[in-house]
Amino acid sequence: MRARSRSNKWLIYIPLILAAFFYLIPMYVMLVTGFKGFEEVSLKTMWDLPKGIRFDNFIAAYKALAPYLWNSFNMVFPAAIISSILGSLNGYVLAKWKFKGSEIIFPAILFGMFIPYQSILIPLVEFMREINLYGGLPGLVLAHVIYGIPITTLTFRNYYATIPKELIEASRIDGCGLLSSYWYILLPISAPAFVVVIIWQFTSAWNDFLFAVVLTSPTNWPVTVALNNMAGSQIIAWNVQMAGSLLAALPTLLVYIFLGRYFLRGLMAGALKG
Amino acid sequence: MRIKRETLLSVALVTPSIIAIAIFVYGFIGWTARVSLSKWKGLLPDYTWVGLDNFKGLFQDPRFHIDIRNTLIFTVIFVIGSLFIGLGLAILLDQNIKGEGFFRSLYLFPMAISFIVTGVVWRWLMNPAMGSRMSGLNLLFDTLGLDFLINKWYTTPTWGIAFIAIPAIWQMSGYTMALYLGGLRGIPVELREAAQVDGANEVQIYRFIILPLLRPITLSAMIILGHISLKVFDLIVAVAGKQLPLDVPAIYMWQVTFDGYFFGRGAAIGILLLLSVAVLIIPYLIYTLRTEAEV
Repeated sequence: MRARSRSNKWLIYIPLILAAFFYLIPMYVMLVTGFKGFEEVSLKTMWDLPKGIRFDNFIAAYKALAPYLWNSFNMVFPAAIISSILGSLNGYVLAKWKFKGSEIIFPAILFGMFIPYQSILIPLVEFMREINLYGGLPGLVLAHVIYGIPITTLTFRNYYATIPKELIEASRIDGCGLLSSYWYILLPISAPAFVVVIIWQFTSAWNDFLFAVVLTSPTNWPVTVALNNMAGSQIIAWNVQMAGSLLAALPTLLVYIFLGRYFLRGLMAGALKG
Repeated sequence: MRIKRETLLSVALVTPSIIAIAIFVYGFIGWTARVSLSKWKGLLPDYTWVGLDNFKGLFQDPRFHIDIRNTLIFTVIFVIGSLFIGLGLAILLDQNIKGEGFFRSLYLFPMAISFIVTGVVWRWLMNPAMGSRMSGLNLLFDTLGLDFLINKWYTTPTWGIAFIAIPAIWQMSGYTMALYLGGLRGIPVELREAAQVDGANEVQIYRFIILPLLRPITLSAMIILGHISLKVFDLIVAVAGKQLPLDVPAIYMWQVTFDGYFFGRGAAIGILLLLSVAVLIIPYLIYTLRTEAEV
């Protein structure tokens, strides 16, 4: 089929373009609604292009969502960075310093990324109450860090497995120990894996709803919970909800647009994640 | 003694994570299992042993019957829809076309968005209002003369849950496409050429050579999509809120536990969800790690 005759090759573009419409429809509606002025917003004309570029909806949505957007930012960075560091250490040991039992520990850790969180939610809440982290952002960060360990460990282990062991052996001849090999040899070449993992964790923590809704009190809600609440209320108009959805999606969308290559690699690294 | 010391050190490095996973995954699962066998209903913990009563109660509960039914319908439509669209797009993109990278990124971008945002937008696209209040996709169909497509979406009696699968497919079919595309790229060109030399036409090449080779990918995709659909929660909440016709186990668990304080029953749902996911995932993990070890 690589030598398909030229004459009918353009036919392929028909389904591809139809599919593109399917994926773009929600974006289209978010954008055209978001940029309309309040007076031209109507469900009857939701498919029409805006008459001009107005920011009424975005300003209203930002006013309603700003504190929650900041909560999200304050939560995702520590969550992504801490779980990446843990994943890197685990990946290093599990790829290069296998010890007795490590071949059992690895799948046992991996299983953690598939469990339905409903099966740990009650103890999680009780535990957070017990250690006084219930309701606030630190508790949510802790949950994301710990339940992020499986995927970060997997990605780093797979990455370090591709690095020749001669490199480590050579460093040992030069007198490096376990920690100095990591610090001087592996860490400097870990940047690609760190980018993949941090982007991945950033996206999952930003998009999470379940942990957030169960573990945080209203003032500490991340933007997903606030947006869902906004959509469920009758007070806030649908056009503001659309603008709010775009604001809530923007950080991860920008990451996808500018760092999409890495995002995809993160996706494939685990081949798995739900 | 350096080796010995370093072994200890290597274990020490992973110990914090192992302890964290041991407590937060396995310990908590055990704790949930214990709660599921207890009487606990109310604000204060009550670990009085009641055996499997919570599970029995659940299976006698009409609401849970709706949940099982909804999960099945949702899973079938979501998994089959994502697989077909994903495979179709992957095959089309594999035809050596211009703009492949562009289309690929376009199909994949929904993966970067949360189920909540997806749900909020689709809630308005799938607006079920009829007549003069018609909007969303129904309005679009009306304008385009596709009246036969106008429907009540997720408010359709009995089958409403099937429509929730549409945004889920929107979100995950690009991912399925990426999995298949990876698989197609891994098939040696020589294999296709040999088949062409033997006089196979394109349909035959796909039917007899390529699709069988993609079977392992279909299997992983089914498992990944299947376990996502068992856990589906935020998407439904964002599209339709919490309403009985669209109920699933994850929503029931949330409501019965955190709104109704019936912790015993909530824990029982959690354990049942875990078991159904484990049936899918454990063989898959064993299989994946074993094939990896053989390479």
